[in-house]
Amino acid sequence: MSETTEQAIRAEAIELLLREKGLVSEAQIDGIIQQYNARTGPLNGAYLVARAWADAAFKAALLQDGTRAMEPFNFSGGEVQKLVVKENTPQTHNLVVCTLCSCYPWAVLGLPPRWYKDPAYRSRVVKEPRKVLGEFGVNLPDSSLVKVWDSSAEIRYMVLPQRPSGSEGMSEAELAELVTRDSMIGVELLD
Amino acid sequence: MRETEYGLQGRLAPPLANGELVFEAPWQGRVFGMARSLCESGLYSWDEFRQRLIKSIALWELANPDAQDSYEYYDLFLTAFENLLADKDLLGGAVLSGLIAELTTRPHGHDHEHEH
Repeated sequence: MSETTEQAIRAEAIELLLREKGLVSEAQIDGIIQQYNARTGPLNGAYLVARAWADAAFKAALLQDGTRAMEPFNFSGGEVQKLVVKENTPQTHNLVVCTLCSCYPWAVLGLPPRWYKDPAYRSRVVKEPRKVLGEFGVNLPDSSLVKVWDSSAEIRYMVLPQRPSGSEGMSEAELAELVTRDSMIGVELLD
Repeated sequence: MRETEYGLQGRLAPPLANGELVFEAPWQGRVFGMARSLCESGLYSWDEFRQRLIKSIALWELANPDAQDSYEYYDLFLTAFENLLADKDLLGGAVLSGLIAELTTRPHGHDHEHEH
């Protein structure tokens, strides 16, 4: 804990100085934190997924050019230079990682989960994706193909999960409720 | 300040829905917020920050080749942020270390509110 306290003090000192210099305000920082939690969150991605499930034309557009397809949604903030969406099918399972650091499509998925940044996840998911998926409770048949997509500063990946059975006739809003952050990273199957 | 810290924890509720902590301590959120704020104010590009984050992660991994545990992500995030501030000369180094010393020696209990 002493290390945490030391870091807390360093962070506090930096904030005091930056505020003194007028480079940042408390409200600005609060606003950013709120933005990445309340306004961006995984829900934005869920809207895209639900629309794609409900609307075949939108799905085709989303898979062809994720950045353009999400434009009308006006998601604010976030770090999506180029969004590439990969569709899960019964034959192919997609999984997202950033082996270099922790690039992540914030604007659609919010803040990354803690494990996404772990060296263990970042390195193992490339070497033994099926085993890592198994640890997340995702057991795929041997016949299926697993593709791992390595994010970068330029390209952020998101998974379009398979539509769960029993969701026929649901509205887009109801469908969005079914979509989890983990399913859009590719470490969870929806059913 | 105290209310903000608690409110901040409350606002973290949605990302906690999947059983994950996003920030383990309020300071991590503050550092994240500062790094993004200054970027949005145009003082640097996000890529300039990112490069330093990559570097601090790489240095940690070099120094800990056999580590079973993960690094503390926000510790490295803070290091990257401090390096960027220094490179851009946005903080005086001497001023910062003086203030840190001052905050470290303040009466016990004063920093309590930042730990919740």
